[in-house]
Amino acid sequence: MKYMLLICRDESVALEADESADMASSTQAWVTEMDGRGVRLLGNRLRRVADATTVHVRGGETLVADGPFAETKEQIAGFDLIECADLDEAIEVAAKHPVARYGTIEVRPFWEE
Amino acid sequence: MPQTPQTPETPEAPETPETETPDSRGAVAEAFRQEWGRVVAALIGMTGNWDLAEECAQDAFAQALKSWPRDGVPRRPGAWLTTVARNRALDRLRRGAAEAAKLREAAVLTPIDEPDDDDESGIRDDRLRLMFTCCHPALPLEARVALTLRTLAGLTTAEIARAFLVPEPTMAKRLVRAKHKIRDAGIPYRVPPAHLLSERTAGVLAVLYLLFNEGYAASSGADLVRQGLCTEAIRLARALAQLMPDEPEALGLLALMLLHYARRATRVDDDGDLITLEDQDRRRWVRPEIEEGAAVLEAAVRRGQPGPYQLQAAIAACHATAAQAAGTDWAQIARLYGELARVAPSPVVELNRAVAVAMSDGPAAGLKLVAAIEASGELSGYYLVPATRADLLRRLGRWAEAAASYGAARDLAATDAERRYLDRRLTEASSHS
Repeated sequence: MKYMLLICRDESVALEADESADMASSTQAWVTEMDGRGVRLLGNRLRRVADATTVHVRGGETLVADGPFAETKEQIAGFDLIECADLDEAIEVAAKHPVARYGTIEVRPFWEE
Repeated sequence: MPQTPQTPETPEAPETPETETPDSRGAVAEAFRQEWGRVVAALIGMTGNWDLAEECAQDAFAQALKSWPRDGVPRRPGAWLTTVARNRALDRLRRGAAEAAKLREAAVLTPIDEPDDDDESGIRDDRLRLMFTCCHPALPLEARVALTLRTLAGLTTAEIARAFLVPEPTMAKRLVRAKHKIRDAGIPYRVPPAHLLSERTAGVLAVLYLLFNEGYAASSGADLVRQGLCTEAIRLARALAQLMPDEPEALGLLALMLLHYARRATRVDDDGDLITLEDQDRRRWVRPEIEEGAAVLEAAVRRGQPGPYQLQAAIAACHATAAQAAGTDWAQIARLYGELARVAPSPVVELNRAVAVAMSDGPAAGLKLVAAIEASGELSGYYLVPATRADLLRRLGRWAEAAASYGAARDLAATDAERRYLDRRLTEASSHS
């Protein structure tokens, strides 16, 4: 089954320099492991919500606004698309992601018929 | 049936099956209680379709109601029911009646090739898988409880709704949502692998204990369905203990339930007020259940792997086996609470330990422990902390302080019954000070 991991964290909380370096190297190690297992299909970090643009079309008019759709405590900081046997494996993969230790990983199954 | 006089050496065998009883309806009811979970679990294992499994199980029991009175009760009711349900599922899948299950059709049509999973009846027992799936941590807790009652115990949606005091459509929605999540999110139907087994087993035990407590908390006048939760929880705990013979905590939970349940008749008075252990009428405790609980606990403890359920059962056994309240082995209970605080630390356990220590070493020793709990602030706002302190002060004859603490407890108490009890104590303490 395919799952989308939404990597969420409070982006207003800045990491210390050494934490940041540790995060980068652990994330790289996670990517290497999951790519090696054939679990991770695709993934990337996302720019901060300050760079987000919201688009909706109402009555044929395209409305464009600055910022995210909803204000939340944590923001989506990245995503990974994974292929797993079942939810238990997806949970294991998510729990190993370094951001899980201070942020939240949302595991969303793909809509598959 | 025609006689066969040509073969007089053959003894006259009765033509009706030996197992036929006038009460075959009762046999179906009994089979329903005993076998529902196994039939549903086996059908989910075969088809992967929860709704189809439940419907075919229902059909099989309906068929039993028709044919058992006529043909007699089969020797292995569970195998009979599973076979009928399985054939029913095959029919439905062939007719394409259950679209969602089509993908798994191939799996149904091929015989199951895991013979080592079969028991003597030739039917694979999938109940353990079903328990782990129903109690998966990715499901909301209330859905775990409801799903366990529906699929393993066979309660109807209406019964579960009544037991949890929610409208039936709400409960129906909860069950549907949980089944959809199992399918759509890929929650596996299996006994978890070794590295997950102990935490997931703890999750199953927690759901069964919650189920039991929901029933146990229902007062004597309350809905009988709620009290029925206790027997369902015991039945499921018994099944779990059989299915996981190497898990002493499953036995521990069963023992704990039996030991509590044996005291059910004496827990509340006619007004629905709680009666403390000390004042319960011990002659009305159910001896055989206490004996069974103690024996189950002993079998668990022999494994030498203590855990929170075994320890709680051991504490319950100390109470249940004391002929009089005064004969309670409080030193042993205090020791068990100390052990429990080590394996499953919680401020509530600490408070219970304080009470046990007070009973065995005197109120002053207990007061010290209560003071430590108060200093930690972990239970601030919980009425039993000042109520316990008040009780110990009362026993030391420090009436004025006791009255102040009873007053504090009264302000925090949540139910009328608790307030009535504390008011009586407060009046008593005030009259002395």
